[in-house]
Amino acid sequence: MPDFILYALVAGIGVAVVMGATGVFVVWRRMAYFGDTLAHSALLGVAIGFLAGINVNIGIVGVCLTIAIGMVYLRSQRQLAEDTLLGILAHSSLALGLVSVSFVSALQIDLMTYLFGDILAVTPADIAWVYGGGTVALGVLAWLWKDLVAITVHEDLAQTEGVNVLRTQIAFMTLFALVIAMAMKIVGILLVTALLIIPAAAARRFSRTPEQMAVLAAVAGAMAVALGLQGSLLWDLPSGPAIVVAAALIYVVSIAVPLRRAA
Amino acid sequence: MAPMPDGTQVNMEVLVQGNGIGVRHGRRTILHDVDIAVGRGEIVTLIGPNGSGKTTLVRTLLELERPEHGTVRRTADIRVGYTPQQLSIDRTLPLDVRRFLEMSGKSDPEALTSALENVGAPDVMKQEIRLLSGGELKRVLLARALLREPDLLVLDEPTANVDIHGQIEFYNLIRRIRDERNCGILLVSHDLHLVMSATDRVVCLNGHVCCSGLPDDVSNHPAYLELFGDASAAVAVYSHDHDHHHA
Repeated sequence: MPDFILYALVAGIGVAVVMGATGVFVVWRRMAYFGDTLAHSALLGVAIGFLAGINVNIGIVGVCLTIAIGMVYLRSQRQLAEDTLLGILAHSSLALGLVSVSFVSALQIDLMTYLFGDILAVTPADIAWVYGGGTVALGVLAWLWKDLVAITVHEDLAQTEGVNVLRTQIAFMTLFALVIAMAMKIVGILLVTALLIIPAAAARRFSRTPEQMAVLAAVAGAMAVALGLQGSLLWDLPSGPAIVVAAALIYVVSIAVPLRRAA
Repeated sequence: MAPMPDGTQVNMEVLVQGNGIGVRHGRRTILHDVDIAVGRGEIVTLIGPNGSGKTTLVRTLLELERPEHGTVRRTADIRVGYTPQQLSIDRTLPLDVRRFLEMSGKSDPEALTSALENVGAPDVMKQEIRLLSGGELKRVLLARALLREPDLLVLDEPTANVDIHGQIEFYNLIRRIRDERNCGILLVSHDLHLVMSATDRVVCLNGHVCCSGLPDDVSNHPAYLELFGDASAAVAVYSHDHDHHHA
């Protein structure tokens, strides 16, 4: 196996595992569009990172966090419906990102890479970033897990039972921003949400507990990466979209498989 | 001896007390000058029309919301059990009753089983939460609250979506819990007639406390009659209140 395929596989599986485990909360908490919004804003983070001469990943995390906090504030104003707000934030931040990118000549060439990812260009340094960030992300997720499930069931109930709801939400937002920054390089801005929600959705029917669903979502995501890369290699498909197509196929199979009814 | 805000002298320990509570959401005043207290061993029922601030008052007393005016004082070290009006668990979240009950902090299987038996829902342990009927869910919520061995039990519309037979049963259950555990119970309700018979004190709310006291006194109070008019007509209206969502 050539090195670049091996790198792609290792990095892709690392990203998919983290995204699957995080993605279950995106599905349970109905945050798919929110995830989309953060992913769209990531391009602005790339541009700011370049223009300010700082690490691009830090730029992405910074912009995602700003958007997430802005969203919490705007929602508390109760002026517009939530999906309208998200639409405004998603599209204006993507447009602002595209405008900013036009100032950075080095970035214009790479625009497609940021939008659709370039998993085949993964370097050992990227793998270190994916596994370092991924380990932190999974650690934070495990630490938050109980409280996150509790506030997903009912926030007020969780708070009367002693969960710090606001702290948990902020920690999850931060985690979310980190995961998106990590995933962007691999699947690209436009496909990030797909890898968050499709494996989680595919895992639903086979899960009896929240933890099972997270593990199965991680497995489904890893399978999608392996299958997508295989397809990309065999038929010369663009790798990011091929991974998402593979995830979608796994989902279709998951709903087609007959399940023994639980007694 | 503690004087209740409505003037009655009651010989009991006050568990939670709100004085002069005022809450605004944006420019809208939800509550003003509300006095309320719940003592150990009594069932206090909060009634009032939709939008009268019942849930806001409950959230304030639970310290989920900070009042703009007034104070909430809770006796130190009391445990609080709370059942919200409804859950909105997404259908993609796999969660059975056992797991839901374990979120109370108790995971001893015997405690979970006896909690479900106690509320009259012994057979639902392995069922998915989102597949429970309205009445079963109310009982499971109550079981989770009871697992915390609360001194104060706060029940937000525990009989909404429950048929009339189930409502009577539920109020009997709540009385029994009070008798067995000597906890204080704050109940939010729409079921005017049934509530009157099941409760020790009634607080009638409409942004402020219209009237409060013993059930018989409240149901003859001019402010109550003005708010609810012919009570039976009001019951007919409320029983067709479909502001909830069916699963």
